[in-house]
Amino acid sequence: MKKILAVALVICLVFALAPMAFADDNPVVKIGVFEPQSGDNGAGGKQEVLGMQYANYLTPTVEIDGVEYDVELVYADNASSNDKAPTAAQDLISNGVSLVLGSYGSGVSIAASDTFSNAGVPAIGVTCTNPQVTSGCDVYFRICFLDPFQGTVLANFAKSELNATKAYCLAKLGDDYSGGLCNFFIEAFGKENCVYEQFPEGTSDFSTYITNAQNQGCDVFFSPVSTEAAAQIIAKADTQALGMPILAGDTWDSNVILNAAKGTDVQICVTTFYQEGANEEFDKGIKEWINSDKTALANNGGNDELAAVTVMGYDAYYVALEALKAAGSTDPEAVLEVLPALSYEGVTGAIAFDENKDAIRDSAFVKECNTETGVWDFVTVATVG
Amino acid sequence: MAKTILPYIISGISVGGQYALIAIGYTMVYGILRLINFAHGDVFMVAGLMMVYMAASMPLYIAIPLMIVLTVLLGFLIERVAYRPLRTAPRMSVMISAIGVSYLIQNLALYITGGLNKNYPTIPWISDRVTVFGMETSRVTIITPFLTIILVVLLVQLINHTKIGMAMRAVSLNFETSQLMGIRINNVISATFIIGTFLAAVGSMLFFTNYPGVVPTSGAMPGLKAFVAAVFGGIGSIPGAVIGAFIIGIAESLIKGLDTILIVQGTISEQIGFATFSDAFTFILLIIVLVFKPTGLFGEKTTDKV
Repeated sequence: MKKILAVALVICLVFALAPMAFADDNPVVKIGVFEPQSGDNGAGGKQEVLGMQYANYLTPTVEIDGVEYDVELVYADNASSNDKAPTAAQDLISNGVSLVLGSYGSGVSIAASDTFSNAGVPAIGVTCTNPQVTSGCDVYFRICFLDPFQGTVLANFAKSELNATKAYCLAKLGDDYSGGLCNFFIEAFGKENCVYEQFPEGTSDFSTYITNAQNQGCDVFFSPVSTEAAAQIIAKADTQALGMPILAGDTWDSNVILNAAKGTDVQICVTTFYQEGANEEFDKGIKEWINSDKTALANNGGNDELAAVTVMGYDAYYVALEALKAAGSTDPEAVLEVLPALSYEGVTGAIAFDENKDAIRDSAFVKECNTETGVWDFVTVATVG
Repeated sequence: MAKTILPYIISGISVGGQYALIAIGYTMVYGILRLINFAHGDVFMVAGLMMVYMAASMPLYIAIPLMIVLTVLLGFLIERVAYRPLRTAPRMSVMISAIGVSYLIQNLALYITGGLNKNYPTIPWISDRVTVFGMETSRVTIITPFLTIILVVLLVQLINHTKIGMAMRAVSLNFETSQLMGIRINNVISATFIIGTFLAAVGSMLFFTNYPGVVPTSGAMPGLKAFVAAVFGGIGSIPGAVIGAFIIGIAESLIKGLDTILIVQGTISEQIGFATFSDAFTFILLIIVLVFKPTGLFGEKTTDKV
């Protein structure tokens, strides 16, 4: 009996190893995907990864210094948690990645920045908008706009388009993204006209915060929190008849929000990186891909509604390829050297880095949730002049 | 004044009712086994997840009873597989086993859901919007405390006036003696788990209808708060757990709204930021009660046997 078992095990091992031996001969270049796959931001992280996977599906190889390389995406789940982020980052580095993409959520990026910095592996933030991501780390670059910009756009929008005079701001306690964005919003909107509150981790009862906003006579509800909390807030805003529009940042540009808001009478406006329909050819291609892949469809929330983070993930992948081409090597150090001067024309617009390693971007899309059809309606392109 | 505070009280009572239904499970199991069943909050979460998946494939009038039956079965199986074999082991081993079950369930749920937020199905009628004293809320918020109280009254009747109830009381007093008196303690313990998980399943329906997102860690915070409520009221005592849960629910809700209440009253003009500390206040309250009344509000007095 034992012998049979042993033989069976050996055969299993041989079959498991066989594909490695017979794989084609292209050398492999590894790109790290540092994204949350679970936790508060799991849904958003998965959508961002989708864009990278689609890009990888379209362009699975890259030519570096005359040699054709297979591109392998190496995943690490930072679990949306600041204390798990450094371990996830270390995993990627041990795996020998040339550069890293991510993360969705600024807090985890900030938490992992030391790990990347010590290893000298460059990282490209895809949708982390907190200024500290790049300012506190010498290897972190970013291809999206920043919170001071986004906060100002939202505050201007609240004042001029929604005619709001008093804002209720809600952030998650200890969360760099929502806390930072709230502060920039308050700065732009005027501190004296804002009520600012924070909720602790694990909160599911948001009814009291809704009541607070109503009781203090606010006329706009600003809560750029994770989509998980967002779904709860929308549900409560509906049952308690909030009576004021909800404003949020790029995080809320997600199917989770659309699903939660469908059939309610809550008005929701968000700023984001990309408006579906801006590049129809791209939209069509990625939708076909999402619909053809069951896992991708599930990761996108069960439908093919495109999130801006997905498109950003797609662009980030190509920025990474450009960097590898320009570096002419898979060595992280060489990639790090060419990144500051890199430019790329992506689906979401031109991407180039300024002296702070941030993308030079001056416009954001404002969208409003159509609660009848469950899709985003385009409102305006906002700039800060 | 009343109009400002009322919404907080109502939402606090509702949250308290949901904590109460979970807390009873903790307190009953503790009363009988002297075991803190850490997996209880996760069973509550699984009940929510099952509802999400079942409601997608069958009508609600089948899904709801089936969810309750399956949850009860899960509670029963956990006791059978993870606690019963350890009946003679030191109490610490059982507790570690409970923590293991808790993490096992959480991680299984993480694997199955992929860590994504699942939207709880809308149960008609109870999730409708109603107006109470000029305040908009959902019907479930109003129903929860009444349903909780009805269930608790029934439970107390069961414990005081039936054979199995008498057996439970006997086993909770003394394990070995009741065994000697011919009580099948395994059956009694199974019954305890069944009742506890049944209440958690009902609680999960009320909770997730009110706050409709289910994630693998959804059970952790309500579970912890319910446990605190059970300790607060005196662990082992059912009325204690219920009253403790209502106190914690209301206190939490009021603290979150304290800034606003004071500002609307005109007592203060600037925000103080109480809302940030709502969880901290809950646990400080627990510490204060335990310092002055170590057995909780309604806890049994411990007499040392020599």
